Amino acid sequence: MKIRWTRKIGSLRTLPLHLMILPGLALVLIYSYGPMIGIAMAFERYIPTRGIAGSEWIGWDNFRYLLDMPDSMDILRNTIIISFMKIVAGLFVPIIVALLLNEVRKESFKRGIQTMIYLPHFLSWIILGGVLIDILSPTNGFVNDILGWFGIEPIYFLGSNSWFRIVLVTSDVWKEFGFNTIVYLAALTGINPSLYEAAIMDGANRWKQAFHVTLPGMLPIIVLLAVLSLGNVLNAGFDQVFNLYSPQVYETGDIIDTFVYRVGLVETQYGVATAAGLFKSVVSCFFVIAAYVMAYRIANYRIF
Amino acid sequence: MVERYSRGRVAFVAFNYIFLTLMAAICLMPLIHVLAVSFSSSQAAAAGYVKLWPVQFTFRSYEFVSSKKEFLDSMLITLQRVGIGVSLNMLLTVLIAYPLSKETSAFRSRTVYAWIFVFTILFGGGLIPLYMMVKDTMILDSIWALVLPGAVPVFNVILMLNFFRGLPKDLEEAAYIDGAGHLTVLWKIYIPLSMASLATVTLFSTVGHWNAWFDGLIFMNSPADYPLQSYLQTVVIQQDLSMFSVKSMERYSEINDQTAKSAQIFLGALPILLLYPFLQRFFIKGIVLGSVKE
Repeated sequence: MKIRWTRKIGSLRTLPLHLMILPGLALVLIYSYGPMIGIAMAFERYIPTRGIAGSEWIGWDNFRYLLDMPDSMDILRNTIIISFMKIVAGLFVPIIVALLLNEVRKESFKRGIQTMIYLPHFLSWIILGGVLIDILSPTNGFVNDILGWFGIEPIYFLGSNSWFRIVLVTSDVWKEFGFNTIVYLAALTGINPSLYEAAIMDGANRWKQAFHVTLPGMLPIIVLLAVLSLGNVLNAGFDQVFNLYSPQVYETGDIIDTFVYRVGLVETQYGVATAAGLFKSVVSCFFVIAAYVMAYRIANYRIF
Repeated sequence: MVERYSRGRVAFVAFNYIFLTLMAAICLMPLIHVLAVSFSSSQAAAAGYVKLWPVQFTFRSYEFVSSKKEFLDSMLITLQRVGIGVSLNMLLTVLIAYPLSKETSAFRSRTVYAWIFVFTILFGGGLIPLYMMVKDTMILDSIWALVLPGAVPVFNVILMLNFFRGLPKDLEEAAYIDGAGHLTVLWKIYIPLSMASLATVTLFSTVGHWNAWFDGLIFMNSPADYPLQSYLQTVVIQQDLSMFSVKSMERYSEINDQTAKSAQIFLGALPILLLYPFLQRFFIKGIVLGSVKE
């Protein structure tokens, strides 16, 4: 009897907590879990007027259709290559910049540089896309002007299959390297100063200190971020690709997300697009979970 | 410190300062270029004379843009969206993060709720099913289509709940003993102590809503309902002029395409440029607290 009584008081005490969560929970159930019902479309010849329940069930046919498409392997390869290049470049540049910024003794200079390199992170790919289209233009774009000084013929960066991926990776690094230095800079300030003193006692110069104290000190966070970014290997950057690509560069630039958009919302082949999206969701989910498990094992990282 | 004055050190420091300045310049140069084009005469811009400084300085493209109804309307929709969207995001973030920050012993359902929210970052229905859901809940073509599907920013919730967990428990216990309920504790203790983190999350949410364009493009059937970035996407990226009214088409032909575009690109970025330097010290702290944990 007494136990029941205290339980009741306990649940009364947590009632406000349940109520607080309720509105958010409702929205997540509708707009995050609701669409999961729609996944059924991937296994149907979906006809909008008939709805999910009324459309014909065709099993794995949409997936077979995708596999038989001549472009599907290109799209998968593009997605992985682009995001892998971004992961690698996006890991090294911020580390180098953080190391260099760490050597700056003038606080005001350091702050000024930081403010400027964080900036592109906060601009949308619409803004940056507009800027890039302008400065990469083969006729009078800024970049081709500079190449012209060295006698290089104008390059049509956004229309050339040999350049498109390089543009994607470079512009992605340009947008994000500043922002990504934040975490590395934080890791640098966390290194125990007595390690440097000991190194100096042992006769280490600046370079040796950087190699034997600073880099090993940063290693855990580098490994952690590398592992976590692997979870995103199928996210090659929809916003960026969508705003920079054109049919000329589909061969090297079309990724799963842009493909889903075109097939689904432009050509209204809902079933096929949903099947492609489902493939991406399932594989991504596997990668993300693997990344989190590895991060936990290697760096004891938990999301909360 | 002898090595401080060594020749190698001096060379390194000089290289370092030059290199970092160059990196910062690379980040700023494109925006400076856009600004220069927007203040140049259309002839100079069309001929490709404009690099980093305006040629034949003029305000004409800004006059044109400021009189263009489509641009102003979309700006208004974006402001509305930021107002509603950010308030909703913040309210839900705090309301979800507070219960989830409790110990499992104090709030047993916590684990279940936490998994329900976290699962949404691991797996999603995909684009087409989401579109169907928005359609089925009858919010297509309204501002709610831009605000409700992303109303719960799970990453921000995680950031906030990690921060909440680090707050001293003694204050909270003292408040309970004095008879305070959960809402009082949240409002009078948690929120005042979390201003830096709240500022970070508010900045992320504001930037997110300001920069969002894809949902506007797919959930709004009429271009008249587009938020600013969706409108810019059609004008600047797709170069689709069909959405101009006849009247602004006439004036558009007088003005060079490039200068007007640049003016709109710059205006689309301006609020962010003004907002973020002030919040910089908050978000650096906020990110570090939310991501690097011991």
